[in-house]
Amino acid sequence: MSKSALIGSGGEREGGPPPSRSTLLARLRKPWPDHRAERTLGAVSLLVCLCVLFMIAFVAARAWPTFEHNGLVWLGPGGSLGTQFENMLNAPSHPPASAYHVRAWTIIYGTLLVTGLAVLLALPLAVLCAIFIVELAPPALRRTMIRVVRLLASVPSVIWGLLGILVLVPFVLNHFITNAERTSLQSTVELTGAGLAVAVVLLTLMIAPIMIALICDALGAVPAAWREGAAALGVNRLRAIRAVTLRAVRPAIVAATVLATARALGEAIMISMVSGSIFFAPRPGDGVVFFFEPLRTLASTIVDNREGLGGAPALNSTLYACALLLLFSVFVLSVAGYLVKLPLRKYQVRG
Amino acid sequence: MSTFVSDPRAGGLPSGSQRGRRSSLRTWRWSDRLVLCAAWAAGLSLCAIAAAILLYMGYRGVQYLRPDLIFSRPQASLNQAGSGGFLDPLLGTALLTVIGIAIAAPLAISSALWIVEYGQGGRAHQLLTRVVESSIEIVAGTPDIVIAVFGLAIFQLHLLAFASFIGEGGGVYGRSFLAAGAMMSLIALPPLFVATRDGLLAVPAHMREAAFALGKTRIATIRRVLLPSVRPNIATGVTLGVSRIIADTAIVIVLLGDELRLTPRQGGFPGLGVLRGTGSSLTSYVYDNSPAGEGLAPQKAYAAAVLLLVFVLLLNLAVERFIRRSQARTGGVAIAGGIA
Amino acid sequence: MIELKQAPHPVAVAVPPRRTIVLDRLPEPVRPPEQREAVRPLATAAGPERLRLEDVTVTYGGASTLGRRGANAVRSVSLSIHQGEVLALIGPSGCGKTTLLRTLNRLTELTPGACRGGRILLDGEDIHELEDTALRARVAMVFQQPNPFPMSIFDNVAFALREQSRRRPRRPELEPLVVDALKRAGLYNEVEDDLHRPALRLSGGQQQRLCIARAIALRPEVLLMDEPCSALDPISTGVIEELIHELRRDHAVVIVTHNLAQAHRVADKVAFMYLGDLVEYGTVQQVFEEPRAPRTRDYVQGAFG
Repeated sequence: MSKSALIGSGGEREGGPPPSRSTLLARLRKPWPDHRAERTLGAVSLLVCLCVLFMIAFVAARAWPTFEHNGLVWLGPGGSLGTQFENMLNAPSHPPASAYHVRAWTIIYGTLLVTGLAVLLALPLAVLCAIFIVELAPPALRRTMIRVVRLLASVPSVIWGLLGILVLVPFVLNHFITNAERTSLQSTVELTGAGLAVAVVLLTLMIAPIMIALICDALGAVPAAWREGAAALGVNRLRAIRAVTLRAVRPAIVAATVLATARALGEAIMISMVSGSIFFAPRPGDGVVFFFEPLRTLASTIVDNREGLGGAPALNSTLYACALLLLFSVFVLSVAGYLVKLPLRKYQVRG
Repeated sequence: MSTFVSDPRAGGLPSGSQRGRRSSLRTWRWSDRLVLCAAWAAGLSLCAIAAAILLYMGYRGVQYLRPDLIFSRPQASLNQAGSGGFLDPLLGTALLTVIGIAIAAPLAISSALWIVEYGQGGRAHQLLTRVVESSIEIVAGTPDIVIAVFGLAIFQLHLLAFASFIGEGGGVYGRSFLAAGAMMSLIALPPLFVATRDGLLAVPAHMREAAFALGKTRIATIRRVLLPSVRPNIATGVTLGVSRIIADTAIVIVLLGDELRLTPRQGGFPGLGVLRGTGSSLTSYVYDNSPAGEGLAPQKAYAAAVLLLVFVLLLNLAVERFIRRSQARTGGVAIAGGIA
Repeated sequence: MIELKQAPHPVAVAVPPRRTIVLDRLPEPVRPPEQREAVRPLATAAGPERLRLEDVTVTYGGASTLGRRGANAVRSVSLSIHQGEVLALIGPSGCGKTTLLRTLNRLTELTPGACRGGRILLDGEDIHELEDTALRARVAMVFQQPNPFPMSIFDNVAFALREQSRRRPRRPELEPLVVDALKRAGLYNEVEDDLHRPALRLSGGQQQRLCIARAIALRPEVLLMDEPCSALDPISTGVIEELIHELRRDHAVVIVTHNLAQAHRVADKVAFMYLGDLVEYGTVQQVFEEPRAPRTRDYVQGAFG
């Protein structure tokens, strides 16, 4: 301890208790030796890793009964998901194996549909906006656009949901759904305006700013030498952007898409508010009405049935299984993103 | 034949022109013209959407937000639209923020410090660095609903029954401010970590070397030299973390129970009762008052939503100012700072 | 997920890789300087006049690099550039030679606030009246740092060919043009086995020759080169100097260089600039051996610069 006292007191005056009083507090108040500090900090850092491990472990453990009683078939179609959930809710506290029966394809399909359409719409929107901000906009407009993007990115999802359910849903109901369509589907499902269209539009607006921000940064990092080189070859500005700059930022576009898709998959609150919250799989065969049919996603199912968490075992395990599925798909997404970026690397200098 | 000019012509600025003829749009390909129009359309419509949202929320706010709403507590009454305010949800949001940051800040700063100062060494250290950074990336990418159900799974263990209370059937309730706050810390952790780490990495090497040359240990350097210099980065990170906490709804509605009012648990330390109790936050208040929840008072939902949006905007401005100040020092502009 | 890596997303940085690619074939042997002198004919057979500069003045708005208000980057320069000869612009740093070069294809317009006076005629037409894209197809430029695009070798050379035409030409139409450009740039032998290799994997000298191939693919009338060898090693420099010797047959070449020996080796005509003024203009012999202006004498003898 004397050595560290020598080093530690270089320039520092310890005007505290005299060294003979070795209370715990006094020992702690002296500057710590490096190795103790390093180990403490390291231990604290490991806490985060532990958190992640616990998260995976606990969610998987809670989800296990569903997998055990259904096998992987639970991901497929079969039967009415609504009745299955009701059975699970009403099952006795030590439910028989049959109570765990569930076929979740309806909500998986809903998740894929909403996420896929939103990313499909957000990608061109984000790329075009990013090009506009970085290359085309006059400086004053560019500063405004950056603020706009930041603003849109930070709007809480509950506010998107509120605007959706109070403004967009009635709008869709009054202007896009005809009475004929409503009556024709009355037996299967009720059209209230809340459904695929509103969910996709709002989800696109939620994930686009994230992509715009990332792509803008990448566009700004493209070396000026390429821009000059393209200009010196007599290529007009937009051609230079399309042929050179966009190619150069392809890895960033991939990363942005992965991030946006992960965000879209996990969106629960907004979807729960505007998607109609009915276990129904929109049918493309219905024509235009397909876009106004209600649906449910994995995340919104968990939110809608949150009282069942910690309650009826079968329902509990199914909800945790949905959460596990979400976690798993986010992992798969990042691996996929990494794999897609690999072949793009050979055209870049670094790596 | 060689020529040379001996006297440069003295003169002012020429009356020359700035630009010659640009390639006219008529010579551009159709697809180029299309992309040009589409880019302008995309940019302007994004602006229009943002303006529409702000204007509409402003309009609703002027319509419904009254000062007495902020200072009165929610009341159970048949006329939901006319009675009660959202003082409790406001307090709930504040409490969650405090708990979340209080847990996240030490974790994030310690991890960032360890990684930057100690984690660049040998192979074992670098492996650990990768593990820690990957873990934080995973936490950042996890949907908040999954974090919420994880929180419930943990806090419903009997081990952690002190954090909430034990119900009649013997099961742990698992929902309380402590539980929700703990999970909120996971939400705030990644931005705080990234901001602190980037700040530490930006500290020039000569500052550390000067401190070592004076004989200070690494930990003393950290305390006296590094941490003060990354204070603005930590401030940015905390602001980002706070804005993510106040905007989160999923964790609140899963982990904070169903009460609108702040309901502390009896017994134990006086302060602990509130932490172990349930309540609501601004976001869950908006959710509950919208047609998705009970739906009886969309006016109050609008009012609370406008207040929430105002907070978020103020935090955004604060982050912008921090970033601009730190960029004035280092140079360069990044837009994604604070979004991803 | 947040990408926690410090660097921004991997966008290529145009720095030639340190680990040079092992060449499949060695470049053409470089002839030593004495031999090359003997090869060059004593009287240059100058072709038609391609570019004429009349009283060209360039100013950057606001503070100039010289710090004096109203100082011009380039002041009242008049020159004539013919096909079949290489014009070297020499002078100390900051004397305006690069600015003058960039004015010739209106690249100065990319810098906000640049102002140009005087006339520049390309084959009799004022370049101010031409469309900038059309002009730059006829006056091509090679830069100091090689800047091949992040594409394959083939796509790099075919870039201008593809993007300049209204209708996108197909691969079979492009191939002979690309091969021809690569041959004229002296790169074809080294890359013919795989034209679809990423261009950024080439060595520095090969990248610069690729940029030259890219520039001459459209058969421009004038080729501008801004210190093309300053970032390269001596062997590559020698190869490119050989190349310039060949290129001047088909193009009028203007090369900016701060290397007097290189100017002596490569050029037919030399223009010496100092602080924005054209101080001396004449053949290589005249400027190097019988300079008229005292400043020229001081510079070529190494008194300053």
